[in-house]
Amino acid sequence: MSPAATEPNPSQLVSVEIMGKPQRVPHGITVLQAMWYAGHELIRGVGCLGGTCGACGIVYRTKDSFELKNGLGCQTLVQEGMSFSMVPHFAAARASYIMAELKDPKEALFELYPEAARCVNCNACNRVCPQGIDVRSSVWCAVFGNFDQVAELTMSCNSCGLCVVRCPADMAPNLIALYARRAHGVHELKPPKRLTDRVGQIDAGSYGCEWTKLQSMSDQELTAFCTNYPKPSTVK
Amino acid sequence: MDIQAAKTAMEAKRAGRLKQTPALLADDVKKTLLTTHHPDHRADAYRTLKVGPNAGDRTVKELAGLLEAGSALSASADGGATLKSQEKVDVLIIGGGGAGAAAALEAKAAGANVLLATKLRLGDANTVMAEGGMQAAVNPDDSPIRHFADTLKGGHFKNDRTLLKILVEEGPSAVLWLMQLGVLFDRDEEGNLKLRSGGGTSTARLLACRDYTGLELMRVLKDEVINQKIRTLEYSPAIELLSGPDGACTGAVLKDFDNDRQVIVQAKVVILATGGSGRLHIQRFPTSNHFGATGDGLALAYRLGAKLLYIDTFQYHPTGSVYPEPMAGLLVTEALRSAGAQLVNAAGDRFVSELETRDVVASAVIRECHEGRGVATPGGRAGVWLDIPVVDELHGEGTIEKRFPNMMRLFSRYGIDIRKEPVLVYPTLHYQNGGVQVDAHGQATVKNLLVAGEASGGLHGRNRLMGNSLLDIIVFGRRAGQQAAKMARTADWGAPTLGHLKAFEAARAKAGIQSDLISPMLFPDYVRKVEKAPA
Repeated sequence: MSPAATEPNPSQLVSVEIMGKPQRVPHGITVLQAMWYAGHELIRGVGCLGGTCGACGIVYRTKDSFELKNGLGCQTLVQEGMSFSMVPHFAAARASYIMAELKDPKEALFELYPEAARCVNCNACNRVCPQGIDVRSSVWCAVFGNFDQVAELTMSCNSCGLCVVRCPADMAPNLIALYARRAHGVHELKPPKRLTDRVGQIDAGSYGCEWTKLQSMSDQELTAFCTNYPKPSTVK
Repeated sequence: MDIQAAKTAMEAKRAGRLKQTPALLADDVKKTLLTTHHPDHRADAYRTLKVGPNAGDRTVKELAGLLEAGSALSASADGGATLKSQEKVDVLIIGGGGAGAAAALEAKAAGANVLLATKLRLGDANTVMAEGGMQAAVNPDDSPIRHFADTLKGGHFKNDRTLLKILVEEGPSAVLWLMQLGVLFDRDEEGNLKLRSGGGTSTARLLACRDYTGLELMRVLKDEVINQKIRTLEYSPAIELLSGPDGACTGAVLKDFDNDRQVIVQAKVVILATGGSGRLHIQRFPTSNHFGATGDGLALAYRLGAKLLYIDTFQYHPTGSVYPEPMAGLLVTEALRSAGAQLVNAAGDRFVSELETRDVVASAVIRECHEGRGVATPGGRAGVWLDIPVVDELHGEGTIEKRFPNMMRLFSRYGIDIRKEPVLVYPTLHYQNGGVQVDAHGQATVKNLLVAGEASGGLHGRNRLMGNSLLDIIVFGRRAGQQAAKMARTADWGAPTLGHLKAFEAARAKAGIQSDLISPMLFPDYVRKVEKAPA
């Protein structure tokens, strides 16, 4: 999201309510842009402006609907009759652990996040997730110790915390997923052989001769070396 | 022609384009293209610096203004007076992105008392937005030497070779370190890292976590920083550095946004990891950068006397979204081009090899739009097509969905299905190629000041290759953290003064600079200005 190349068209204004106060803002802009338009200086609740950092959670209602909706402020467009508020942060129980030192991360989950087992399958988290994650399944997979599946399900989680806002079992599914993801990487996956081989080769000084040769080259020789490495590509 | 009609016209020519392979350009052709169309060559966008360590050098006007600006503390700078500090730590890290977090973890592991201060939340940084991947020479047909050669070529042979050698040699172990923290890189059936090619890489060298690579790195690093109980001050950017009588860095003044209080932190070593400057909207370009990317570290380091490098060159990523309007500037990942997505002008023709380096591709896109072969958007921008559906045609249905879920989601919010439709793109301000000059340990030309990540300069020369920035922040973030902890073991705290500010103000006065601009800028100003009612 970047500043407009042209001035907004004032003939296309919509009426919205920003944290309870009626405002007229241009059609076709995002909730965050509407807040800037209305004069809010944002510090909390603004981040990457690209839907990836999870800083700008919002809660909103649209015209003639009782449904309470959630979204990301940088990704949600304003519409006539919309009412929205920011949820830049929501208190969540965060467990403390040193991942590498855990002996049995599957068991440890129940000490660190005992509330993970309290899911009542209400599905509120799935309805609210702006990333479309199957949050509920990810919680159950964590509880059953299927951390690989948690990893698969939650790759796009930006920890906006909107699932925490809605969970009637008081858990933070995003933090539980992060725990399971890390546990999977640290305790269940083996480091790839090609990677450890390469680290070994470098540590053993296998490239020493080539470096020495490279470092003794003149600028001209080095340019030629790089240009022709590994072999010349076809040029026009 | 409206966008829909233009789209239909370009789609009609898709079959004919599919098998074409535009040749890579010869060096002289490339050079002419860059000089004619790359924004780095637009002379009227630049001016010469009048004061500071880089006086006489050229940079873009937006950055020049901030480097020569005054400090929020200029008025209270009575020279050598020693300030009363509220905090005393071994290592102060300014910036909470990938480089800052990596530095914090290493400094803490080496036994240092660390404080990390950041402008927004821990993890709010460009790191989180990195989509394409991270380079590391792990393929059997690859080597650190080959990585070195590719990067040097991509950087137009201006890269600091000492730094570059470290980057490529420590790359694989940096990847291993991340995996030991739980970062989940994509794997193949045998459990090896899945590797892809990118612009300027001569072999497959890009590791990725789908198109969420930076997000995955950052959330793991952040979680580890929190669990290692590293003290963090959020919403507390540095607004000035502190100096001792010998000019060494002795700490920083933070501004706590919640109460406007100034927090004076004394530190034996300061690590600047403040990132880039896309939000300066240099030459009025849209940007792919985070809200906080306002080049703060450059201004802070410059006033303290640190030499900057290559501040006349910026990376304009060739494929920033231009339509729909709320997506303007947002990155459309280069990995799509690596996977075969084609750049197509308004006439429905390809005009450049998609695998040229970023500066070359960006220049070609600008040329097409400048010479009337672009498509106009209702928001007043111009762009060319990135024909994404080709990826599925080349690699089979489902490829886009599997490999680019983030891109799919972002466009789907506006009703655009990238599996079926092309998108409009134009270069977006993406990366600060230069920055504070550093040595192999991140040491700037000012004593006790280290710099890591995008805020530093030299490693990438005059053009950074895709995937080398994520590697940079991990390799050099870690090194800075280790070095700072080592220095702190033998160093003592220096007197916290604003002595350097007095000298800088004197230099400003002598050069006749009367600007009342204050830096660091901290945030871009997007709040609408409303005319106040007459008194």
